[in-house]
Amino acid sequence: MTFEVPKISYSGLIKQIKLGKGDKSITVGGQNAYPFHLFEGEMPNPPRIAMEIWDTKPEDWPEAALEPFAGVTDDPVAWAKKCVNEYGAEMLCLQMVGTDPNGLNRGADESAEVVKKVADAVDVPLIVWATANHDKDTEVLGKVAEVCQGRDLIIGPVEDGDYKKIGAAAIGYQHTVIASTPIDVNLAKQLNILLGNLGVADDKLVVDPTTSSLGYGIEYCYSVMERVRVAALTQQDEKLQFPIICNISKEVWKTKETKIPEGEEPALGNAKKRGILLEAISAMVLLLAGADILVMRHPEAIRLIREMITELTAAKSGK
Amino acid sequence: MPLTGIEIYKLLPQTNCKECGEPTCLAFAMKLAAGKTELALCPTVSEEAKAKLAEAAAPPIRVVTVGTGERAVKLGGETVMFRHEKRFENPPGLAILISDTMVEAEINARLEKLNKLQYERVGLTLRPEMVATKNDSGEAAKFEAVIKKVTQAGDASLILMSDNADVLAAGLKVCADRKPLLYAATKENLARVADLAKESSCPVVAKATNLDELIELSTKLTEVGVKDIVLDSGARTLRQAFEDQVVIRRAALVKKFRPLGFPTIVLPAEMTDDPMKEAVIASALVAKYAGIIVLSDFYGESLFPLLVERMNVYTDPQRPLSTTEGIYKIGAPTENSPVLVTTNFSLTYFIVSAEIENSRVSSYLLVKSTGGLSVVTAWAAGKFVADTIAPFVKKSGIEEQIKHRKLIIPGLVAAESGSLEEELPGWEVLVGPREAVNIPAYLKQWHP
Repeated sequence: MTFEVPKISYSGLIKQIKLGKGDKSITVGGQNAYPFHLFEGEMPNPPRIAMEIWDTKPEDWPEAALEPFAGVTDDPVAWAKKCVNEYGAEMLCLQMVGTDPNGLNRGADESAEVVKKVADAVDVPLIVWATANHDKDTEVLGKVAEVCQGRDLIIGPVEDGDYKKIGAAAIGYQHTVIASTPIDVNLAKQLNILLGNLGVADDKLVVDPTTSSLGYGIEYCYSVMERVRVAALTQQDEKLQFPIICNISKEVWKTKETKIPEGEEPALGNAKKRGILLEAISAMVLLLAGADILVMRHPEAIRLIREMITELTAAKSGK
Repeated sequence: MPLTGIEIYKLLPQTNCKECGEPTCLAFAMKLAAGKTELALCPTVSEEAKAKLAEAAAPPIRVVTVGTGERAVKLGGETVMFRHEKRFENPPGLAILISDTMVEAEINARLEKLNKLQYERVGLTLRPEMVATKNDSGEAAKFEAVIKKVTQAGDASLILMSDNADVLAAGLKVCADRKPLLYAATKENLARVADLAKESSCPVVAKATNLDELIELSTKLTEVGVKDIVLDSGARTLRQAFEDQVVIRRAALVKKFRPLGFPTIVLPAEMTDDPMKEAVIASALVAKYAGIIVLSDFYGESLFPLLVERMNVYTDPQRPLSTTEGIYKIGAPTENSPVLVTTNFSLTYFIVSAEIENSRVSSYLLVKSTGGLSVVTAWAAGKFVADTIAPFVKKSGIEEQIKHRKLIIPGLVAAESGSLEEELPGWEVLVGPREAVNIPAYLKQWHP
């Protein structure tokens, strides 16, 4: 008896989007099936990983996360180069932590200068992630967009409260925007529509449905992402057919479970491996829900996830 | 496949006696097909028809229980492909492998892990439930000995792994009362292992090398009267395992395809030699439909994330997890430490407590029950307002533990500060940050 695999007839397609420019540009999206459902659809561009760097020296990272970047965490340019040259990063995400009004509150000009230096130092696609403070992000990302004209950055988070100005800057200086909404399918769709109306081209938009870590609400993100993909691929919801980005590592490594020493709670095992696995497993879960771009930190977690992507998209033996 | 109204009609007495309340047997059959009435209402239906109809009405994925007592594992019974459609029902059992060729010390260490590696979270105990005892020695006596050891060490649910039916029979003899899972019935030994399963009423794995063979095996097992089946498609690569899990679940739910309407077992233990990689492979299969996951070993650093993931994925999307109301001490608070109040939505609690820890300022966190609602939702619902916060603070007993009378409320409910001070005479109400991430900066400036 031959069993016929029940297949879904998909009606939608995730938009294919080019990130960055030149030889090192990366294309994401283009799939016409649920994540890794290669038995019934195509996934022409496997998900990609952007390595995270900070514009300021991190104060609260656990040892395991700092170790791979020893000596470069106070210099974003050196940090960026290390990621690309040593860890083979194919994309970077510069987290603009230093601009946070509740923190260092560094100014727009100074911050944009940092971005420019990083952008000039490496040629891989560069994501610039601000702090989700509308006024401040408008200033900072506006300036960043201007000084990095021609670099085809990916900038965000662009939210309901600041999309007009940041969106306009992105359009003006030809950058891609990250449309960010708080864990809700309808809000995600609405912001995509607003950005479209503003004039952001369909191939200049990726979606951030908000990401949380394992144990801190990842199931909400997971289900919203799955709902987005169901709507995009089977209900022809065109305004949801964009690649999804998950800024996961900073959520994972701020949790207390990545910081507790093994001596304090032996049942939690080796602290370094635990941190790596919390990051890798969070990323794995998000990949299965539909992530196209993952922002990650630890080289070992990145290696694991790259292997998983390779295996999930590998040609099948014997068939 | 479920029966149509006409098919059901053919099984009914066709007397139109109206006892069931319907005008005709055909009308009754149509209602049965739509799930709107019950067969029990028909007084004259034959036993044979009952059996056939019961089979057709069975859940699309059979519920199979392995083990007895507290660590019994209930598998299957799933009704959806995506958790947002309803919810996932029965979380996968996590098993540690114990081979009968391992030295005593190793076996003991593994058994100890089963009991020691458990974690308290939102009032739940997260722990693994299963031991997969494997016959690598080829000897029945060694297999029996290791199974005895496992049964004596605790109440873990057992999987007995051997391709040799005689060895399985020997192993089963020493633990049949624990209702182990027999692994496995294969093309070669199906008849013998099926008999073992029937005699002992124990569940059994149908182990194939691909889906077509799996369907054949589970069909044969069903034909000889075995009901509690668990499926191993034989996939030992992530890509194939993932695909098989999706196809099996979909065939069972969408096509109501009976031969695949059973829970599954997967073996990351046999898919890689790297424990880190094994953990990530397992995590993919926790999310995507595995019934039992056999791991080569347990390590705190990988078991903990897997157990948390399992809890997250299997949380009912309609009923958020909540934590217990009360005073939570973070660090080593003294009579001069800050007091913060928040709601008992588990995420709110986790995030707020984690940020307080990040601040390294020892504090008291008062968690008020809001039925699992977050701060803003609870406030809008009238469950986290001055009228309800004040009596909670008074009753909590915090006044006996601190000298000062300052209460920090979430910035999102700043509007309550005035009326809260009225309701709490002697207290000063401070408005904290709107976002938890700003708690550390806020607390660092705290003084009583």
